[in-house]
Amino acid sequence: MAGRTLFQKVWDAHQVRAADAHGAALLYIDLHLVHEVTSPQAFDGLRLAGRRVRRPDRTLATVDHNVPTIGREDGIADPLSRAQIEALERNCAEFGVPLFSIRSARQGIVHVIGPELGLTQPGMTVVCGDSHTSTHGAFGALAFGIGTSEVEHVLATQTLPQGPPRTMRVRIDGRRGAGVTAKDLILGTIGQLGVSGAQGYVVEYAGSAIRELSMEGRMTVCNMSIEWGARAGMIAPDDTTFAWVEGRPCAPRDYAAAVEGWRQLPTDPDAAFDREEVVDAASLAPMVTWGTTPGMVAPITGRVPTPDDLDDPVDRDATRRALEYMGLRGGEALEDIAIDTVFLGSCTNGRLEDLRAAARVIEGRRVAYGIRAMVVPGSMGVKAAAESEGLDRVFTAAGFEWRDAGCSMCLGMNPDILEPGERCASTSNRNFEGRQGKGGRTHLVSPEMAAAAAITGHLVDVRSLDVDLVNA
Amino acid sequence: MRAFTRVTGVAVPLDRADVDTDQIIPKQFLKRVERTGFGEFLFFDWRTEPDFVLDRPEFAGAEVLVAERNFGCGSSREHAPWALEDYGFRAVIAPSFADIFRTNCTKIGLLPVQLAEGEVRELMGQLQAQPGARVAVDLEAQTVTAPGGQVYRFEIAPDIRERLLNGWDDISLTLAHEDAIAGYEADREREGPVTTGLAR
Ligand code: SF4
Repeated sequence: MAGRTLFQKVWDAHQVRAADAHGAALLYIDLHLVHEVTSPQAFDGLRLAGRRVRRPDRTLATVDHNVPTIGREDGIADPLSRAQIEALERNCAEFGVPLFSIRSARQGIVHVIGPELGLTQPGMTVVCGDSHTSTHGAFGALAFGIGTSEVEHVLATQTLPQGPPRTMRVRIDGRRGAGVTAKDLILGTIGQLGVSGAQGYVVEYAGSAIRELSMEGRMTVCNMSIEWGARAGMIAPDDTTFAWVEGRPCAPRDYAAAVEGWRQLPTDPDAAFDREEVVDAASLAPMVTWGTTPGMVAPITGRVPTPDDLDDPVDRDATRRALEYMGLRGGEALEDIAIDTVFLGSCTNGRLEDLRAAARVIEGRRVAYGIRAMVVPGSMGVKAAAESEGLDRVFTAAGFEWRDAGCSMCLGMNPDILEPGERCASTSNRNFEGRQGKGGRTHLVSPEMAAAAAITGHLVDVRSLDVDLVNA
Repeated sequence: MRAFTRVTGVAVPLDRADVDTDQIIPKQFLKRVERTGFGEFLFFDWRTEPDFVLDRPEFAGAEVLVAERNFGCGSSREHAPWALEDYGFRAVIAPSFADIFRTNCTKIGLLPVQLAEGEVRELMGQLQAQPGARVAVDLEAQTVTAPGGQVYRFEIAPDIRERLLNGWDDISLTLAHEDAIAGYEADREREGPVTTGLAR
């Protein structure tokens, strides 16, 4: 038998019914994560049809998108946000789904708490009504975002019909330079292969630069799979993965036996992919987006592109629109762009390692005059761990706000938003028009680069500051 | 789910690429816990632009939306197809769609139609030249007929086509295989992790 890819192994193990010429396969779902924004209509649907949640023990809910990150003791001021959170509390109570609500010490962004609790494990299928579910693929799980109708479908049946995707392997080889992070690897990949380059594919990230990444870094890479259209992103599990999961609350009890099984998951040497791509990590610099899609990205040493230089008319139009929205001129040096705000957080870069990296840049320095800077840890667990290392003091001494966990300014559903025209260096994943607030202008960067921007007041190459960088 | 067989209606040329779901329905409207009423907020921010195509009188009552590549990228929010459908759209035509958006559409009876890049350009050109012209989308025949009479064929997975033609509910279809699900759980389900044991 020909070898199988990591994806194929996970897919095969979860087929309740195989795909036939006529239709999709029916996949079993091992873990279903639920949050307040995309679930209320799904629970309503269950109620209307008189259905129950098939497997509450494979379902976990939390609140993240809507929650305030400050002053929680006083309750939620916005009545609509409050209603949505209360609806989730009622739904979880009625259907028996475990919930970490706003006062839980385990509350956090779904994609941060799943791995943190050891719920996300190699070889699993994981879904959530959220496109960044791809994050969990860092563990060698098949994890993807779904819509609310599909949330209802999984709640009712613990399965999902899925057409077989195509497979792509992206090898990221070569040694990253100092200051080049996991965020820069994925931004560089999207820049090279295009913002819809992975549409229809499950992508496996491989190569030496991926192997060298920590689990946090791998999560950052897989998280942004959706930003170039991938159905899912995956990384083969290895000792780094096994060490990370071990000892967490939901880790398997017989750990050695579990690891034995997980070692069978990596892609076989003779397995074939529908497409193969290569990215050279050594050629990448710290990256920054200049436009309104994550594919509109350049090395910090570069310049804003000039629309008239582009051949493709659709690209030219899109670039012109983007520069107008962003208030930038073609040819401007990226390092000259002054910012107003820094947001450090999100499911892309809101984990402990991200906060440590930013803190190293900030330590002993001050946020530049007039800059608003905030840290929003990805979970209350991350917050507590960071505080036990004293990171909160590093940030607050520098002039950062130190908040409670949630999505916050990543999408601005809570009060943390940009004003029209306000420019932000953000560690999140989407620079769409209005994403962080109507008229707000987002530049996606790594935590180190966000920290450097906070100190200098403009986009800046973190390598030009006198700091101790990772991989230096 | 509302069945889709054939729709002939006014088509709106939205000449933009990478239209993300944040544009289709911005986050401030995601706090609703209902499934309906999103139509009036469709493309909320863009509608403040002077002369935004959707608000031109020729396109009143439009049922077909034509857009450029990578339509529906970004967030998985099903509120985006809900808003399009609630506004009155029955079909969206583009050279490519983001996967989650495409799936979400087919779950609610909004038809995503993928045509070749050149075909979309031609169609877009005709609709810009004759605002208010009608386009026919026929799921049975898998064709789109442009105002100029050109007929473009499109592909769609046979099971999804059948479900849309009949307006079938996906969950009922799956529950017809409940024995297979129970069999999987009895024989092959992986052990753990269990969420219900976690202390709050
Ligand atoms: S942090 Fe941002 S991208 Fe991640 S789940 Fe929250 S809103 Fe979505």
